[in-house]
Amino acid sequence: MNLTIYMPAIYGGFLIGTSACLLLLFSGRIAGLSGIINGILTPEKNEILWRVVFITSLLAGAAVHYYFVNHTPFTNDTPSPLFMITGGVLVGFGTRMGGGCTSGHGVCGLGRLSLRSLIATVTFMLAAIATVFIFRHLFHII
Amino acid sequence: MKKYLLISISGLLFGYGLSLSAMLDRHRIINFLDVTGNWDPTLLYVMFSAVLVTVVFFRFILKRSTPILDNRFRLPARKDIDAKLVTGAAIFGAGWGLSGYCPGPGIAAMTLGSMNAILFTLAFVTGSLLCSYYSRKVSG
Repeated sequence: MNLTIYMPAIYGGFLIGTSACLLLLFSGRIAGLSGIINGILTPEKNEILWRVVFITSLLAGAAVHYYFVNHTPFTNDTPSPLFMITGGVLVGFGTRMGGGCTSGHGVCGLGRLSLRSLIATVTFMLAAIATVFIFRHLFHII
Repeated sequence: MKKYLLISISGLLFGYGLSLSAMLDRHRIINFLDVTGNWDPTLLYVMFSAVLVTVVFFRFILKRSTPILDNRFRLPARKDIDAKLVTGAAIFGAGWGLSGYCPGPGIAAMTLGSMNAILFTLAFVTGSLLCSYYSRKVSG
């Protein structure tokens, strides 16, 4: 198997894992993006600033790579407002209800060997696979 | 101050890693989820290497009594599997499949000037607030 084309994905994953470790080691917090954003939308005392700092830095990190380093070809993305709005609402609702997303349950929860996170990760993966199957192969619209 | 500097470094690494691993390209995510079509394994490599790092190092970090720059670890306390966990995860998965964005890549892709990512993020905020409104109503 030729892994060369997947090296950026593997290095990127290492950086994401390292980020989660540093946040836990120094600040004792879980690097779960839905939890961090929800904590800004429904603020608790003394738990806002660190979240704003983390999100702002995340945007900066993505921008630095994308504008100054990036060599990865992007798929041409056409506007699809209907899927963004329905998808976004479901992601916002579901991640708050289920207490986490790909980073919180996936990267951090599996790292903690949490059974709740394992069940959540398997569930959202299967639901997403089923959704893509229905909308791509049955309805041919994504 | 030192605490926020380290939080900022964590955020920078996370964002850099998302862009490096091409997770801001929502079509790659949809192609990863398309297991019966032209499957793209990129996300599997990202997830695998990220979880490898957390599985190995979290156990050592959590052996400490406190984090280095704070007084306690703030970890989810719940251990039970309830309907909200599974239903919430399934709703999230459906939205992830439709849009190709989960929360991290969705907000990070706004820096690319992507109208789709901006719309996704606004809708995400709406959905999250709807859930909090709905759960307050249900619980009385």
